[in-house]
Amino acid sequence: MSDLGHDTPHVPGPSLWPIAFAVGVACLLLGLVISWVVAAVGAVLAIVFGFLWARDVTRDVRADVPAIEPESRSVADQASVAATPTPTAAAPLPAYTRSRFLEASTLGVGAAIGAIVTLPVLGFTVLPSFTNIDEDEADLGPLENFPEGEYVIASYLARPSAGEVSRRTAFVRNNGLAESGEPSFTILYSRCVHLGCPVQPNGPIDEDARKEIDGVELRPVLAQSFGCPCHGGLYDAEGNRQAGPPVRSLDRLTFSIRNGRLVLGELFAVGNVSGTGANATISRYPWSVPGTHVDGVEAWLYPIVPSQVTG
Amino acid sequence: MASKSRRDQMVDMAVLAPLDWVDERTGAVRGTKWFLFRNVPRDISWMQTLGSAALTAFIVQTLTGAILAMYYKPSSEIDPITGKPLAYSSIEAITNDITLGWLVRGMHRWGASVFIILLFLHMGRVFLFGAYKYPRELTWITGVLILVMGMLMGFTGYLLPWDQTAYWATVVGINLNGTAPFAGPWLAQFLAGGAEIGADTLPKWYALHMLLIPGALIALIGVHIYLVTRLGVSSPPWSNEAAGRERSAAQPSSGARSGLVRGSGGD
Repeated sequence: MSDLGHDTPHVPGPSLWPIAFAVGVACLLLGLVISWVVAAVGAVLAIVFGFLWARDVTRDVRADVPAIEPESRSVADQASVAATPTPTAAAPLPAYTRSRFLEASTLGVGAAIGAIVTLPVLGFTVLPSFTNIDEDEADLGPLENFPEGEYVIASYLARPSAGEVSRRTAFVRNNGLAESGEPSFTILYSRCVHLGCPVQPNGPIDEDARKEIDGVELRPVLAQSFGCPCHGGLYDAEGNRQAGPPVRSLDRLTFSIRNGRLVLGELFAVGNVSGTGANATISRYPWSVPGTHVDGVEAWLYPIVPSQVTG
Repeated sequence: MASKSRRDQMVDMAVLAPLDWVDERTGAVRGTKWFLFRNVPRDISWMQTLGSAALTAFIVQTLTGAILAMYYKPSSEIDPITGKPLAYSSIEAITNDITLGWLVRGMHRWGASVFIILLFLHMGRVFLFGAYKYPRELTWITGVLILVMGMLMGFTGYLLPWDQTAYWATVVGINLNGTAPFAGPWLAQFLAGGAEIGADTLPKWYALHMLLIPGALIALIGVHIYLVTRLGVSSPPWSNEAAGRERSAAQPSSGARSGLVRGSGGD
């Protein structure tokens, strides 16, 4: 086997399994988009034929290994013993020699030092993205600025300390009082749940009624739907997807009312909204990245989302 | 010895002796000869120079990028003078105010596309010529990694001008990563440095763009060129010369083109 030398290519024998393996991988990738059943079938195909392929190409290598006497100091010692014959045979020395111990311990200690130095750095690289990212509540000002049954485009700083980079936009509609007598607001987050572009209300903006108070900009708009300029996603007045590529309804924000002022709370994902306004039933989920499903079979592809863990 | 002319002796003293001194201690001269003065197949063409061209484009990117880094400010804070973010203001200054800044930025901006295009042409040449086959499989694999790194350079560099196109294209790019199963949301949050693009995102992408990814890229290019030098340039598929044939050591140069191929990355 090794007598072939280095002049000729060491090519494995022909095998058909790579084709079946490729079909399996293709099935797996397709399944990630279509359904997990196809993905599972693809995974099984890929594993089985990958194994067969590996077995095929390693056939030469796995041929019978010629038995070679392991080299050890005891052999050398026996040889020297044989050279100078003495009546007492030398006791066999352990094959695990001092040099091998030193080699292993050097590698081990080096790996340990490397890990001790690297792990905190890696942690610092990755973890800040997932911790201490709670956004402040945003005060949108007095309730009088939100006329009943009409959307207002509210632009505000989610983190005033971070500056303009944290400017966000929400569409706020005062629904009046719910059946329970509590005030009701529909607060849609402006980021498209397809890939995060800024959704625009489809309707005229009343620029004359524009107000700007403490860095919060409010512009009333006549809108019964919302559209995304990037890839044509379309949502109705409740944020449900009507057309285009979005995979769920528009994200929403919780709210509270303090001293007659509307205060925005945390962001959450919405699977679907049935009903309208104050009578709407909203299926709420922890917030996740745009483009990820929060309900249905596809949600299984995202078993743990960061906001479920880090809050 | 005595027949040596005085001129030869002076050349010996001035050039060859110092080179010998260095070579004896480092092997640098032998190494340079090994790297540059290689035999190449008789029937190579301009096609084999695409790798060198891609390498040249990369060198242009590193030089212009280093110069741009002297003037660019990776911060999303508002510049009190211009009322615009610092990053965007510094890009404006590079383009409009600083002498020849428009040229260096233009070279970097268009050179990025040139680099990617040359990578693809080079890859297509290697694929169609079958030059990825034994014993050059690892050269191909490192080349693919170089392509991935080049794409990442484009992805991270696109955000830096911090204009509307850059911002929203990056939002979409991050969220595209976010739709990957299982790890996607985590990857997106890592890339954005939080739930959304924030104050830390731009410096992070700047560091990725000019420290981390270029470091990996330079290392990969080093391995790639070492493999090319070690394994030599393959003959084209229509070559009459048998593959693996020992080539005579004293092969006359086939002109300026072979010089280009020898340079580096010719395969």
